[in-house]
Amino acid sequence: MEGAGKFRASNYIPNRKDEPMKTTTLPAEPVIAAGRSDPVPGKKKRGLAGRLKKDRWLYVLLLPGLLYFLVFKYLPMWGVLISFQNYQPFTGFWNSEWVGFEHFRTFFSNPDFGRLLRNTFILAVYDLVFFFPAPIIIALLLNEIRVGIFKRVVQTMVYVPHFISMVIVASMTYVFLTTQGGVIYELVVQLTGAKINFLSDPDWFRPLIILQIMWKETGWGTIIFLAALASVDMEQYEAAVVDGANRFQRLWHITLPAISGVIVILLILRLGNFLDNGFEQIFLMTNSLNRTVADVFDTYVYFVGITQGAFSYSTAIGLFKSVVGIILIFGSNWLAKRFGKEGLY
Amino acid sequence: MGSKHDSLGEKLFDGMNYLFLAALALITVLPFIYIIAGSFATEAELSERSFFLIPRDYSLSAYHYIFSSETIFRGMGVSIFITAVGTLVNLAFTLTMAYSLSRRELLGRRLIMNLVIFSMLFSGGMIPTYLVVKELGLLDSYAAVILPGAISAFNLIIIRNFFQELPAGLEESARIDGCTDLGVLWRIVLPLSKPIIATFGLFYAVGHWNNFFSALLYLNDHTMWPLQVLLREIVMLSQMAIGDVGSMDPNYVKPPEQSVKMAVIVVGTIPILLVYPFLQKHFAKGMLLGSIKG
Repeated sequence: MEGAGKFRASNYIPNRKDEPMKTTTLPAEPVIAAGRSDPVPGKKKRGLAGRLKKDRWLYVLLLPGLLYFLVFKYLPMWGVLISFQNYQPFTGFWNSEWVGFEHFRTFFSNPDFGRLLRNTFILAVYDLVFFFPAPIIIALLLNEIRVGIFKRVVQTMVYVPHFISMVIVASMTYVFLTTQGGVIYELVVQLTGAKINFLSDPDWFRPLIILQIMWKETGWGTIIFLAALASVDMEQYEAAVVDGANRFQRLWHITLPAISGVIVILLILRLGNFLDNGFEQIFLMTNSLNRTVADVFDTYVYFVGITQGAFSYSTAIGLFKSVVGIILIFGSNWLAKRFGKEGLY
Repeated sequence: MGSKHDSLGEKLFDGMNYLFLAALALITVLPFIYIIAGSFATEAELSERSFFLIPRDYSLSAYHYIFSSETIFRGMGVSIFITAVGTLVNLAFTLTMAYSLSRRELLGRRLIMNLVIFSMLFSGGMIPTYLVVKELGLLDSYAAVILPGAISAFNLIIIRNFFQELPAGLEESARIDGCTDLGVLWRIVLPLSKPIIATFGLFYAVGHWNNFFSALLYLNDHTMWPLQVLLREIVMLSQMAIGDVGSMDPNYVKPPEQSVKMAVIVVGTIPILLVYPFLQKHFAKGMLLGSIKG
């Protein structure tokens, strides 16, 4: 695209704004071929001040966004330094006492550390084992449907929950499972006689989280696999039919290899975000009775930092998580490149 | 995929497949239908029948109740305000920055792009961001809910790539006609980008409507809360008196708590379901734009 033209319209069209021009009569070709890299003709080389002046509007347009990144992204990054301080809101950043790695040492020797690591890890493994394959299986099943209208209706229905907020999903879960007349709770009591308090029983926390996320995101997750499946050459199937391959053989030898690349990439990317359990979801489903299994790094940072006001200590925990997170992302991206796929960054 | 050659096993598989997917689709929408039905049901019916999709008696008492005080109205108003203003802010910030980054002559373009990308990989985290918002004096203002998420780096990069691929010739001729960069963006680039602006506008808008956490984090004043935070208070924490119908009337019977909760959920869900046809169309496109490069 850029500057691909052999000649540039700009080279022989006068620059002056006050000079009369008839752009409508310009030949089409040079205009299309013109590169965007040198839009204003005239002097080829300008000084820095000249370039800044010429493109001043560009910098005006850049300014709000750049300020946003500096203030709301980079200022907080610099703010992680308070994890090496005993930061007090009253004394402020500049006058707070520096304590080195004390907060990190405290955290690593705290029994909560092991618990958080365990909870995060188990949830991530559950997610990988139960949720990750679900959209793949559903996409493959949808792909076998030959009645177009049926397929579209199913798709339209299963995409809906993706757009519903986590608060609504958690609220519905509460309404269904409450021991005060929740419909699923009552059904379970009627069928098995067991009175299970799903919402506060620690044993039910992880299954609930996984079921919620499966209900909410499985349908939507099929889109990317269906797109990959749509690009499979139909002639391959026809050839396979001629060769006498049945449906399952075609699935195994044509369809699956066709989407295996996407599966591997998504799997690797998921590994890169291994520590990111859905914060809002876990926060919403956490209560005083299930915190032993519910606490993960992010929610713990909230409870310790915001509700208890331990800013420095909680920032240290957040920083630990961010550092491990970036290592995982680079690791998984390196893996993705080794698999011959274009990495994300 | 030929159908005449199907063996019995394959036919059986087909049948099961249709049944399974139909059941799956049903499971996804049943909770919504039950919630809507329950919000119209009477106390007697809720305690008598464990599960129903069509109530025998319709009762609007739950809706009367939740709309009898201004809490829910106010929450809806706040949510609409945040969604509208927030999305405009998002688009203004994202589109202007994406355009300037799409232009080669911008000095420091690569450096800024790297800053953007790095911010996707590493973040200061919740507490430092909270402290920045606090130090700026934004706590308990809607700016705290809108500004810290003004640009999604991911959306920014996709839009920038889109701008870069627009035919250069059009911009060229506009510039020759005397347009400034501002004019080119406004008259040429944005009109050409309407579909992508719609897609990302919807992305941002749904995000705002569904956003709950930043309101909880930055807004302490109950009267400023958007619908999602109220929902959690009412349904999950069973806190907050939301209605005052007939508080003076000794004969007044409060509607069943379950159907009040369901009515609140319905109120929070309906707006999304109303725009769902647009969402489905634009989001699927947007998601593929984002996930498969090139």
